[in-house]
Amino acid sequence: MEDQKTAVIRTVGAEKVYDMGKTRVRALAGVDFTVEQGEMVAIMGASGSGKSTLMNILGCLDLPTAGSYFLDGVRVETLSRNQLADIRNQKIGFVFQGFNLLPRTSAVANVELPLLYDRSGEKINTRKLASQALAKVGLGDRLDHEPSELSGGQQQRVAIARALVTDPSLILADEPTGNLDSRTSVEVLALFQELNDQGITIILVTHEEDISKYAKRIVELRDGYIIRDEQVADHRRAAVDLETFTPVAVEVEV
Amino acid sequence: MKSSRLIKIATQSILKNKMRSLLTMLGIIIGVGAVIVMVAIGQGAQSMIQQQINSLGTNLIVISPGSSNSGGVSGGAGTYNRLTVDDADKLRNESIFLSGVSPEIATRGQVIGGQGNWRATINGVSTDYQFIRDWDVISGRFFDQSDMRSNRKVAVLGMTVADNLFPGEDPVGQRIQLRNVPFDIIGVLAEKGQTASGTDQDDVILAPYTTVQTRLSGRQFVPQILASTAIPSDIEAAQEEIKAIMRESHGLAQWEDDDFTVRNQSDLAETAQGTTEVMTMLLLAIASISLLVGGIGIMNIMLVSVTERTREIGIRLAIGARGSDVLTQFLVESIVMSILGGAIGIMIGFGGSYILGEATGWSTTIQPATIFVALGFSAAVGIFFGLYPARKASVLDPIDALRYE
Ligand SMILES: Nc1ncnc2c1ncn2[C@@H]1O[C@H](COP(=O)(O)OP(=O)(O)OP(=O)(O)O)[C@@H](O)[C@H]1O
Ligand SMILES: [Mg+2]
Repeated sequence: MEDQKTAVIRTVGAEKVYDMGKTRVRALAGVDFTVEQGEMVAIMGASGSGKSTLMNILGCLDLPTAGSYFLDGVRVETLSRNQLADIRNQKIGFVFQGFNLLPRTSAVANVELPLLYDRSGEKINTRKLASQALAKVGLGDRLDHEPSELSGGQQQRVAIARALVTDPSLILADEPTGNLDSRTSVEVLALFQELNDQGITIILVTHEEDISKYAKRIVELRDGYIIRDEQVADHRRAAVDLETFTPVAVEVEV
Repeated sequence: MKSSRLIKIATQSILKNKMRSLLTMLGIIIGVGAVIVMVAIGQGAQSMIQQQINSLGTNLIVISPGSSNSGGVSGGAGTYNRLTVDDADKLRNESIFLSGVSPEIATRGQVIGGQGNWRATINGVSTDYQFIRDWDVISGRFFDQSDMRSNRKVAVLGMTVADNLFPGEDPVGQRIQLRNVPFDIIGVLAEKGQTASGTDQDDVILAPYTTVQTRLSGRQFVPQILASTAIPSDIEAAQEEIKAIMRESHGLAQWEDDDFTVRNQSDLAETAQGTTEVMTMLLLAIASISLLVGGIGIMNIMLVSVTERTREIGIRLAIGARGSDVLTQFLVESIVMSILGGAIGIMIGFGGSYILGEATGWSTTIQPATIFVALGFSAAVGIFFGLYPARKASVLDPIDALRYE
């Protein structure tokens, strides 16, 4: 084994084959992928290229059919169902491509949910933590709204708040800005960058070249292979871009 | 996870689906309600019968002809060994435990007097009868020893007879004709109600047995003798004593069986209780079946709900719920629902038995134990029928569950 002491994520020849009787889909075709602590990676690629499949494996929701995945040096395939659940709860904040909020449940209850399954016993005032997380994503005034009473972008932000609420060391976001207008997208990215500045590792999936510019590193997938993996020389700062956004927004509001 | 959080999660999702939850609980509500009403009816019937048996008189002992253990065959023998007034006298004179002994010579007959005609039971008894039956006289007096000795034609009327022959007036001092023999009415008895078998105890005319024997029946034998002790604890000893005196009176040899039967009130009560117990068990069985059906209803809805909420389960698993968390959530949901249903069922059961009690006049008593048993049973139903669906939910794969449409 090579040096892997700081590698948060390391996949070795990770493969995912969906066997559906007649046809077999090779969603991941042997991916070697390493992410160090404190990185902010954008994963790009066409639809069906395997982005979500990779994210699910990285998020310990799914296991590779071949190859292996080390999370903080621990080989995930060897862990029990309960251990995987605890990792998902404590280490990882996952933003799903389709929000995956509980229907007919208030925003604050949705965000509170991961805290209810916390086993560390440290998260006591769950309601308050949930409200704070919602305030962070700019939904402090929408606590009691149910998903059906929120816009797509607001639902997306509730999903982000739910990923943040447990203070994870790794955030995996599958198209977190897919449903947001450009300004809100930049706001979310500003939030991610702020978290990243605090040392939290962030991996996000995006279709848009513009969004990927905010990451420190871009990885591109095609047909289950990594075809591009490059550092972004000088990535954009969302906080700075927001300032140039602001006058426009003020003008519109006036 | 803390149990308070579990219950919170469970109640949240129950409240989220009020209609479905209510329909799910309906089976349990009806089941528990039915069980409680059934038990209340059964207990009401039993206490009713108990009351009726007590109304026969306290510490009552009944001596009747014929052996109890040789059944129908001794019916023939009974004709040779009838009870007589002498037996009754002997019991009264020789017994130390008995505080009252009275022959009971009943005949049915036409009564003429007051407003007209009435058919009633005419019962020839002794002065002890009032004490044995614990029967108050509300107007006039009961007949006494001198009435007995002189075979006076005096009668004491039961309430039903008094009401029918002399509505709205006091019959005391008036005269009636029993089989064309005139009797003076000297008293009216308090109301006693019906017997366990539904006979109206107040449809009776009491007269000295001496008079009844000589004037009305003309027969010397006595169909049965009633006796009573002063205190309940003497009953058993009194029964033994009666047997001894009776055997002597009938001149039975050592090897001969009793040619009479001595029964006490609890023997009578047991027979009656036995029938109501069978009835109660039957009702309970029916009610339990509805509780079972209610349980299956819960299981059915929980299974549907697991399928319907697959995505929810997927979300919970994805954000870090363990399989056991999901298992307990669904289990707690089904237990909370069945206990809630049980509680509503108890209330409905209470209401139902109250209304039933009002309608039938039975005292439909509900014991606290019934409530605990009902609640415990509903919880058990919840666990039993919730376990399978809950297990099914807990073993789902997070990704499969999330993808479920
Ligand atoms: N459960 C599954 N069963 C069978 N095939 C699957 C399954 N999930 C994904 N696939 C296939 O794997 C491939 C990769 O899918 P994936 O969801 O990772 O794509 P993606 O890059 O996230 O696409 P998008 O940008 O549209 O979200 C696709 O060809 C898809 O059809
Ligand atoms: Mg995808």
